[in-house]
Amino acid sequence: MPPMARIALALLVSVISWASAGAQTPASNVVLSTTTSTQDSGLLDVLVPLFEKQSGLTVKPVSVGTGQALALAARGEADVVLVHAPSLEKKYVADGKLLNRRLVMYNDFIIVGPEADPAKIRGEPRAAAALAKIAAAGARFVSRGDKSGTHILEQALWKEAGVTPAAPWYIESGQGMGATLGIADDRRAYTLTDRGTYLAFSKRMALKTLVEGDKALFNVYSVMEVNPANGARVNAAGGKAFADFMLAPATQAVIKTFGVEKFGQPLFVPIAGKKDEDL
Amino acid sequence: MDLLWAGLREALRLLATGDPEVVTILLLSLQVSGLATLISLIVGVPAGAALALMRFPGRTLVVSAVNAGMGLPPVVVGLFVTLLLWRSGPLGAWEILYTPAAIVVAQALIAAPIVMGITLAAVQNVPEKFRLQLLGLGASRLQMVHVVLREARLPMLAAVMAGFGGIISEIGASMMVGGNIKGQTRTLTTAMVLETGKGNFEIAIALSLLLLVLVFGVNWALTAVQQRRVW
Repeated sequence: MPPMARIALALLVSVISWASAGAQTPASNVVLSTTTSTQDSGLLDVLVPLFEKQSGLTVKPVSVGTGQALALAARGEADVVLVHAPSLEKKYVADGKLLNRRLVMYNDFIIVGPEADPAKIRGEPRAAAALAKIAAAGARFVSRGDKSGTHILEQALWKEAGVTPAAPWYIESGQGMGATLGIADDRRAYTLTDRGTYLAFSKRMALKTLVEGDKALFNVYSVMEVNPANGARVNAAGGKAFADFMLAPATQAVIKTFGVEKFGQPLFVPIAGKKDEDL
Repeated sequence: MDLLWAGLREALRLLATGDPEVVTILLLSLQVSGLATLISLIVGVPAGAALALMRFPGRTLVVSAVNAGMGLPPVVVGLFVTLLLWRSGPLGAWEILYTPAAIVVAQALIAAPIVMGITLAAVQNVPEKFRLQLLGLGASRLQMVHVVLREARLPMLAAVMAGFGGIISEIGASMMVGGNIKGQTRTLTTAMVLETGKGNFEIAIALSLLLLVLVFGVNWALTAVQQRRVW
């Protein structure tokens, strides 16, 4: 064999063994189907290593929109779900696709917009009323339009406001929260955002917080285990271990202070043990 | 402008301090795309050479398919590889979705038609008379192919550059089949999208500078070999 070919072969063998080293025994892998906001906020980067150290399991967090995160779990492509769309979650639980829904934490949404506030919504206590004013004024509003938890809440608020939003003042970005904020800032438009992402971007943007504090704007995250009946390869024990971890007192303590260092305020409020009615 | 300078400073700082996270991401990108390029060469060079030398009915159709495949959208490859590797998919038993191996598979599929297409063009550029002459001088068919490939080796370095350059900077497939998992499947491009999404523009700029330097470095090395004609 010529030397070049010998080197290439040795290289190939070594790299293949390296690539397959990642594929451990299935039972030690936990696939977490979750939303972009948990990853973009940096919370997962803190919690996942903690869990891995405690449990000896490897977590594969797959961050997608809430709609996709739930759909993946329903197909048995994940073992545990951490999302924030209570109405949709309850549907999956009722169908038996997801089990044991437990509240983990909440943060809140805010409506942000240009300093000039053309629709005069600043200080409006009710989010739906603020949206009605935006529609009445025909002021620009940027929507995620991606079936994310944020988008699902936004749709519920439009329904409550009795408005069917439409172009040209209604703009659908089809992108994540950060990109959507960027578009809203550029177009001097309103948008609905979670506070964490807004804080991360606020130093580069002119958008101001205009509406906050409405109970309808609470963003509640729940953890659910995937029903092993959804697929032959669901790691039910691993999924339950991660769900239990999210509710453990030590984890909840980490969540309580997360974000203080970077933003001067916590991003999430831990609520293990609470029910939807308690909020 | 201030943001660009801040990005440049951050890039230099990350490189100078050997930031462990950046080093992990850099090494993973290099290993994954390097291995995928290697696989695409092993598959693409013989296939491209065979296609250049063989004549059969429907050949134009196959060549057109290869040429079209050179522009195969990574996100399409990503989608289909994901569906195949899903737990409920036909290759679900492999359990390699969201691992570096899955990215290697997807990237090799993206690079293979590029390598094939360029090899095809390079081998076809070797004059047919030269091939006939070799056979006339008593070379076996295999020996002839060997000599023709040697003749075409310099243009074929372009195949390595185009293949590697295409997949190291590819994002759609890496994101879908890798999942951008920290420390496991986070590559330069997926990390860049994540940091931009987080609002960490300095780090995103730093990563993009690293990627540009990396792509330039690899191409520079290969071009040096090509232009000096050392082998």
